[in-house]
Amino acid sequence: MTAAAEGSPPLRMTQVRRSALLQSEPVQGFALISPTFLYALILLVLPILVVFAHSFWTQNYLTIDHTFTLENYRVALTEPIYRDLLWRSLYISLTVSVLTVILAYPIAYFISFHGGRHKSLWLFLITIPFWTSYLLRVMSWKVILGYNGVLNSGLMGLGIIDEPSTALLYNSSAVIITLTHAWATFAILPIFVSLEKVDRTLVEAATDLGDGPLRSFLRVTLPLSTPGVVSAMLIVMIPTVGDYVTPKLVGGKDGVMIANAIQAQFGKASNWPLGAALSVTTMVIVTLMAGATVLIIRAAQRLAR
Amino acid sequence: MMAIKRLLPGGWLSAYAFLYVAFLYLPVIFLPIFSINTAATPKFPLSGVTLKWYEDLPRTPALIDATWNSLIVGVSASVLSTVLGILAARSITRYRYPGRRAINGLIMAPLVLPEVIVAISMLLVMLQLGLSLSLFTVVLGHVLVCIPYSMTVLTSGFEGFDRSLEEASADLGESAFGTFRRVTLPMVMPAIISSLLVCFTISLDEFIIAFFLTGTEATLPIYIWGQLRFAAKLPGVLALGTLLLFASFLLMTIAEILRRRAASRTRNEGGLYA
Repeated sequence: MTAAAEGSPPLRMTQVRRSALLQSEPVQGFALISPTFLYALILLVLPILVVFAHSFWTQNYLTIDHTFTLENYRVALTEPIYRDLLWRSLYISLTVSVLTVILAYPIAYFISFHGGRHKSLWLFLITIPFWTSYLLRVMSWKVILGYNGVLNSGLMGLGIIDEPSTALLYNSSAVIITLTHAWATFAILPIFVSLEKVDRTLVEAATDLGDGPLRSFLRVTLPLSTPGVVSAMLIVMIPTVGDYVTPKLVGGKDGVMIANAIQAQFGKASNWPLGAALSVTTMVIVTLMAGATVLIIRAAQRLAR
Repeated sequence: MMAIKRLLPGGWLSAYAFLYVAFLYLPVIFLPIFSINTAATPKFPLSGVTLKWYEDLPRTPALIDATWNSLIVGVSASVLSTVLGILAARSITRYRYPGRRAINGLIMAPLVLPEVIVAISMLLVMLQLGLSLSLFTVVLGHVLVCIPYSMTVLTSGFEGFDRSLEEASADLGESAFGTFRRVTLPMVMPAIISSLLVCFTISLDEFIIAFFLTGTEATLPIYIWGQLRFAAKLPGVLALGTLLLFASFLLMTIAEILRRRAASRTRNEGGLYA
């Protein structure tokens, strides 16, 4: 697979040119994409199916019992520890996605409508921190929020507090702050793209017809940029629900999330089927939550018009 | 009046924009600051400036190993994902066929799935297949998550590519391979290099997938993760983190410049995600 993929581009292009008249466009296009497509099938779709299958099995020490059972799902949904972790993960990912989008909208609007010549510079400035290691960014929040951290020593230096506050680190707020920071760029870009597509003459028309800046924003720009808001919500919500590093580094006991429990089942606890059931449950529930969010935003958009 | 109205929202917004950029950059800036602090605890005021944490880095054998591992994984993952990305991006931008959007969606899916779930699913399959975990399995995982980024960069370079140039070359007697080498390749080269750099950076910084899929060999982020348990090791980690930060900044800046050049060659506008 590896060797074939490496040697293929010049060869494949040649073949494509040579047989241009012989083969139909769909066949050529499909042939060209098939290595990448197969890669995704084998390393993404197949593994997810395997996880799905495992979630219906049970494990005795090292052997997997292949008898169909829903026991893992019963545990995942009713055991208080997993239920709490699941709720907390959903709560954190919903809060983070709403916060990120609210904070990101004005900046995306600013770049799109007032960026002028410097549009691409602004976009570049915003994407750069995102390319730095995620682990390092989480680590720097640990440095900021820690007991002996920047914020505590700063506040003490200013005489605002007498002793370091333990309230900053190792709780779910620390997780929310860190994730909001980490996912900012992911929210700005889709909103920016949809704002760029807003026909400026429509905004002018609304102004000419007597709408004030706020009214024309609420009735023209905001509804037209809904697709960007929706994709920003989804692109932040779905991955954050399964975040592992942030809860582990800054979450403490109160900030543990479902991914930490999933990892434990594949590591120390060594109960793959339960870990698989937890993964499937998380994915299904976050998909439902994402779907509900899309419906709510669309309904709000219809009301605004 | 009109001028004030125009300026005012922009005025407030630009103040907000500057604050927001500060919020984005501030946490990251603390890493280099505390990496030159003499004290091991990261707090203000700094107790003194030193480079000793940096000087210690090359004397740590485990770190040297991790660096080599990261380089091997990064180079292999970026080459493989760029090759797969070229095929897919070319197919998507040039051909129309049924199922094109669905296939594209599948290839881009790792971008929006929780990484832990992607990682444990691959782990399960690899263990079932009896593959022993090694740097090779890490590369397999990194290629999967790098392809979407490679695709985005390459699609923006390939889109608007003028097909008549290739046809002209063929009409003038150039062979198919010659056309590819002398016309197509030079046009898209900046995009390809940009994709290589982007994928290398992602692989260099990626933690979760490497964490699950590696055997005993650590990549740099895994090394950092291991060191984070010891408070006394923090300054060294900060120094290493700072170096990684600068490497990422540098690579991404070059990648962006090249991507823009590629986009302007094919007269195509748009950001990395546009």
